[in-house]
This record gives sequence, structure tokens and C-alpha cells, in this order.
Amino acid sequence: MSKVLPLTGNEAGAEAMRQIAPDVVAAYPITPQTELMHRFADYVADGVVPTELILVESEHSAMSACVGASAAGARVMTATSSQGMALMWEILYIAAALRQPIVMPLVNRALSAPINIHCDHSDSMGARDTGWIQLYCENCQEVYDNVVQAVKIAEDKDVLLPVMVCYDGFILSHTVERVEVLEDHEVKEFIGPYVADRPLLDLDHPVTYGPLDLQDYYFEHKRQEAEAMRNCKPVIQRVAGEYELLSGRKYGPFDEYFTQDAEHIMVCLGSAAGTAKAAVDELRDAGEKVGLLKLRVFRPFPAEELIAALSHAKGIAVMDRADGVNSIGGPVFSEIRAAVYGHSSAKISNYIYGLGGRDIDIDMMKSVFQDMKDGKYAEQAYYIGVRE
Amino acid sequence: MAIKLKELSHRESRVAPGHRACAGCGSIIAIKEVLMAVEQPVVISFATGCLEVATTIFPYSAWRVPYIHCAFENSAAVMSGVEAAYLSLKKQGKLPGESGNKDIKFIAFGGDGGTYDIGFQALSGAMERGHDMLYVCYDNQAYMNTGIQRSGSTPRGAATSTSPAGRVIPGKTQFRKDLTKIMAAHDIPYVAQSTPDRWRDLMTKVQKAMEIKGPKFLNILSSCFRGWRCEPQESLEVTNLAVETRFWPLYEVENGKWKLNYKPKKHVPIEEWMKLQRRFQHILKPQNKHLLEEIQRDIDRRWDELLFLCGEEAGPKPEQS
Ligand SMILES: Cc1ncc(C[n+]2csc(CCOP(=O)(O)OP(=O)(O)O)c2C)c(N)n1
Repeated sequence: MSKVLPLTGNEAGAEAMRQIAPDVVAAYPITPQTELMHRFADYVADGVVPTELILVESEHSAMSACVGASAAGARVMTATSSQGMALMWEILYIAAALRQPIVMPLVNRALSAPINIHCDHSDSMGARDTGWIQLYCENCQEVYDNVVQAVKIAEDKDVLLPVMVCYDGFILSHTVERVEVLEDHEVKEFIGPYVADRPLLDLDHPVTYGPLDLQDYYFEHKRQEAEAMRNCKPVIQRVAGEYELLSGRKYGPFDEYFTQDAEHIMVCLGSAAGTAKAAVDELRDAGEKVGLLKLRVFRPFPAEELIAALSHAKGIAVMDRADGVNSIGGPVFSEIRAAVYGHSSAKISNYIYGLGGRDIDIDMMKSVFQDMKDGKYAEQAYYIGVRE
Repeated sequence: MAIKLKELSHRESRVAPGHRACAGCGSIIAIKEVLMAVEQPVVISFATGCLEVATTIFPYSAWRVPYIHCAFENSAAVMSGVEAAYLSLKKQGKLPGESGNKDIKFIAFGGDGGTYDIGFQALSGAMERGHDMLYVCYDNQAYMNTGIQRSGSTPRGAATSTSPAGRVIPGKTQFRKDLTKIMAAHDIPYVAQSTPDRWRDLMTKVQKAMEIKGPKFLNILSSCFRGWRCEPQESLEVTNLAVETRFWPLYEVENGKWKLNYKPKKHVPIEEWMKLQRRFQHILKPQNKHLLEEIQRDIDRRWDELLFLCGEEAGPKPEQS
């Protein structure tokens, strides 16, 4: 039995965290993540959760404490945004490579400079190769659902990798939506108890975490990490299947919206997918064969599945809310183009949009489809919604 | 309780032999002494640095206790997480193994680079938050692991790879940061300084720290013959002289009360310490006499200040001043 609540994205994240009741949470404030932690701190202060909340002096220490707590044998969470994630960078890699199943809501916010508190994906996209699983959310319901699923994905014995649940700062974090939440006991049973593999606190079996690994072993360990990332595809699918049975809501590596017979397909992730769907609706009404593919799982990158879903298209426009600043285009574009290379004759273009929280509206989305219709595909990214 | 040498000789070291620290490394001796003093179950963390590298080259580990190394600047933060996990799992009755009913101790280690400099924020934060842990700095006065670069702990005048004694600049131009005092200013229950050659002092301090709840800090001056450019067999003598010259006083601050643990009988001038170490050889040249005097004045001033804090009579003065 689920109930319906009016929740912001941050509140939905906090609600999921309350139900997950992690053993340890380490956190440091940064807009727009703050309200999530305020709410969670209330739960701790009221004794609603048994969590030890470590209010660290920096995000670097937040992630470091998470690694320590997770290695000790605890179920661990944190949350951050933007500069906070940038400060964690070094430890993000370590969390993944030490195979600690930490779950982190990442409330997407632009990176400095110039300093800006609003949404884009430069923070999480910069961390795309840290070894973290990345799930992206379109709305507050998905924030809740992805946080709950993330715990089960991360802790799977074939995976043991940390998961970042990315959702758009302010656009989702501060917007109240209708969110269906599960009963506490349903979440508890769904994620199950956490039984750590070789915890530090098992004094009867002392373990050494984080040794120096030289030319003779490092490569094998990195290879195992890469394998774990591959292994998580079926696990993510299985967890989504179990979650659907419980919630009635279906999740996959991506959502397809009128893509099957579409000639022109847009690819995007995050809250802009909602706007894109509205554009698709209007164009479909006008008889145009357009569709949207909304990525949910960016890491592991669902290349095979994407090939199957995209290769029939005549044109593909990839939307990036982060610039590669590389004179080619954004990260989603580079990966999509690499994935379909050799499998499709589709022309592919890239649009950088929405940096620093700049709005993108239905007309802009429609103009992207119009470009494809007009055969406009450039080698370099287009910038949309910016004053040139 | 009193520490008996005979008893200690029967105690198994928690650092296994076969580690790859240099013969004559003062720091590994210090760390062995620390762990030998701990009778309770213990979990430790290490910052990146010489000892981390020397004790854990995969697939080997010298640690007979649970050990975690994460990065360079976060030993204290990592241990915050371990301790918080312990508290949480304990109160929920979820501790793994048979440790459920055991009282576990937590010790975070770092070199001076990992403690005075890059790890200072994490240390300060962990102490302020009140985690029940001991932080031990093994202070060898430079970034030894990366090739003897100057740190915030390197004493004035010392030549390092990045503060060489050049034709114009005579080694490190700044005085060292007094980290022990800074930690005392955190108003935590226990702060102390020691050296491995004063093993009884060091181990008594560790034992005391293990009995005290809350955050504790212990700063251990330990020599690196490579960096200090002395002989490996002098590694304990050189820290002994650091104490005798009052460069490294043995003291502790317990609940705000300062106590001097050892008062040298005579005023031994600092050049006696420096003479053993070729990192200071340029300072002992006649043209740098003014520098040597300045360094001596600094030591005397800090010593007097310490005596005052400890409520001690002023000690012996230099013969001619
Ligand atoms: C963030 C970061 N910066 C720099 C380094 C390189 N590094 C590794 S060990 C080390 C020196 C450690 O010095 P110290 O803490 O004094 O310990 P010691 O090696 O002297 O025992 C440095 C600079 C690193 N590993 N991580």
C-alpha cells in the first residue's frame, strides 16, 4: 500500500532516506542539497532513524567518512551538489575502487566559475568516470524511486559499487510534486538488511583496506572494478523488475517516448525530458514522426540497448546540460555517437542547453526537431538558449 | 598501569616483521610502541606516506589489526566514519563477529605532511566533533615518502629537497608550526608529545589516552635518517637529543591542565642536536651564526612559554647569553 504525498525532490530524497535508515550519514551543506539534510537531521534529532549523523567540516571529509564507515560495515549515505562534489573528487574514485556501496543523492548544480547555484549537469558529468553508477531523474517520483533502488543495486554482491542519484537542482529539488511513497516496511523488506563483506569491525578477521598496489596487481584490480560495472546492468534490471512488482512503476536503462517509429529522436536526461515530451506531443499532433529517449542509467552506459533503440532513426539530437569545453560537444553526445557508430546511418547532432539553470522551453525543444527535419547537423555542438 | 619491559618483550607486535620500512626508521618504532601499549581491540587508519607504503604492499600486509588507508589528507575523517559506524552498529546490536560486546579503540595515524598540512582540516574537524579516537602524528619533519620536501613541521634552517641550502637561501626560512599547541587549543581531553626513544613516556601516554573517552592527540617526533641525514643507528639518539635540547619537550595537556613530563638537567644548546644531522650542516657554518642564534632564541622562548603553561619554575639558562 503506497500513499501519496506532496514532496519536493529534496523531501522525496529525505523520505527515502528515512525509510532506508542508513547506519551512518556524513554530510556538509551546499545549496541546493541543504533541505534534504535539514529534513534528515530532523529525523535523527527526533530519534526516528538510528543513524549516526556526522556533520563533517567539508565534503572531502564527508566522502572520506563514508568510506571509513562503509568499510567498517555500515550502510552509508551522503548527499551533495556542485562544488561539494568537486571537493569529493579524489575520494569518489577511492569509494568505487574500494568497492563500497555508498548511495549519494547528487542535486545537480553548475560548477564555478562563475559561481552559480542553479541546475546543470557539469558536476555529475565530470564524475562520470569515477566508477560510480549514475541514475538520473526526471521528476520527484523518480528521485524517490531511484534512491530506494540505488541501495539494492549498490549492495548487490555482483556489484558493490557506489551509486549517485542525480536530480536537477531547484527544478526538482525545490519543486513540490505528487509523489507516491511505499510503506516503511515495504522499503525495509525490499532493500533487506545490509551484510558487509569483510568489515573492518570484524576483529576476529582483521583486514587491510587500501594497500599500495603496484605494477603487478593494480591493473587486475581495476579490471575487476570494470567488470563490476558491467555486471550491474542485469542487476539494475532485476532490481527494477522487483521494484515494479512492489510499486507498479516501471524502470529501465532509459525510457522511450514515441521512438519506435520515429525518424527524428531526441536524447536527453533529467528534468528537461518533461519539456521534451511536451514538444514531442505537439509535433506528433502535427503528424511528425518524432520521439524522445530519456536516459536514466548513464553509468553503466547502456550502449547495446541504445543501439537497438536508436539505430533506425534518420537523425538523433543529443541534449547536454554540461559542456565538454573541448570544441566537440557534451559528454552524453560523445557517448551516444560512439555507441551507435557502425550500427546506424543516423546523423547525430549535439545541443548544449540550460547551463547555470537557464530555462529551456517547448519551443526550443521543437526547434531542435525542426533542425533535424531541415537536415541541420553540425560537427560541433549547437548552443541553445544563449546570447551569442 | 606501570609498563614493564619484561612484559613487553613477550607481547606480540601488532606490526608484523617483514614490512619494508628502512632499517633505522624512527617512525616504525614509534608506531610499534603505540600499538604495543594498546591492550584493547583496535582499528587503525593511515594517511598516505612512508609507513602506509612500507607496511602494505599488496599482496602483503604487516598489520595484525584491522587497517584502512584511504588517501593522504583524510586519516582523521576516515576514522570518524569508522567510529560512527561502530557507535551505530553497536546501538543497533549489529556489530559483526564477536566484537559486539567488545570495547573497540580507534587510532588514526598520519605523518607530519598528512597532519600539519594537508590533513590539518580533517584532523581539526574530527577533534572538534568529539569522536572517540586517538590521532597519532608520527612527525619526521618533512614529506619523506615523496623525497624529503619541506612541510609545516620542518624546522627553520633545515635543508630539504624543496628548501635546499642554496647559495642565497639557507634552507627553510620559516619556523615550524606548533601543532601540539594548536591541538591543545582545541580543548580536547588529552594532548601530548613524545618520542620513540622515550618509550616509557610514549607508551604511558598511549595507555592514558586509551582510558580517556573522546578525541585525543599525540604528536611523536620520530627521525628519518634519510631526510635528517644522520646515520641509521642514530635514529633514537637523535630524537633523544631533540628532547635534551628542549627542541621537543615531553609534555601533556589533560583536560586543560598542562604538565611537563621531563625537564632536562642542563641547557644543551641546539647545535648539539644539529651536529648529528647534515640537513643543518650549513647552519653550523660561521657565516650563519646569526641564524643559529635566532633558532636558539626561538627554542628558549617556546620553552619558557611552556614552563609557564605547566606552572614550572624557569629552567636553567644558557651559560652565556
Ligand atoms: C592529495 C595528495 N597530494 C600529494 C600526494 C603525494 N604524497 C604522497 S605521500 C606524501 C608525503 C607524505 O609525507 P608525510 O605525511 O610527512 O609522511 P612521511 O612520508 O614523511 O611518512 C605526498 C606529498 C598524495 N598522495 N595525495
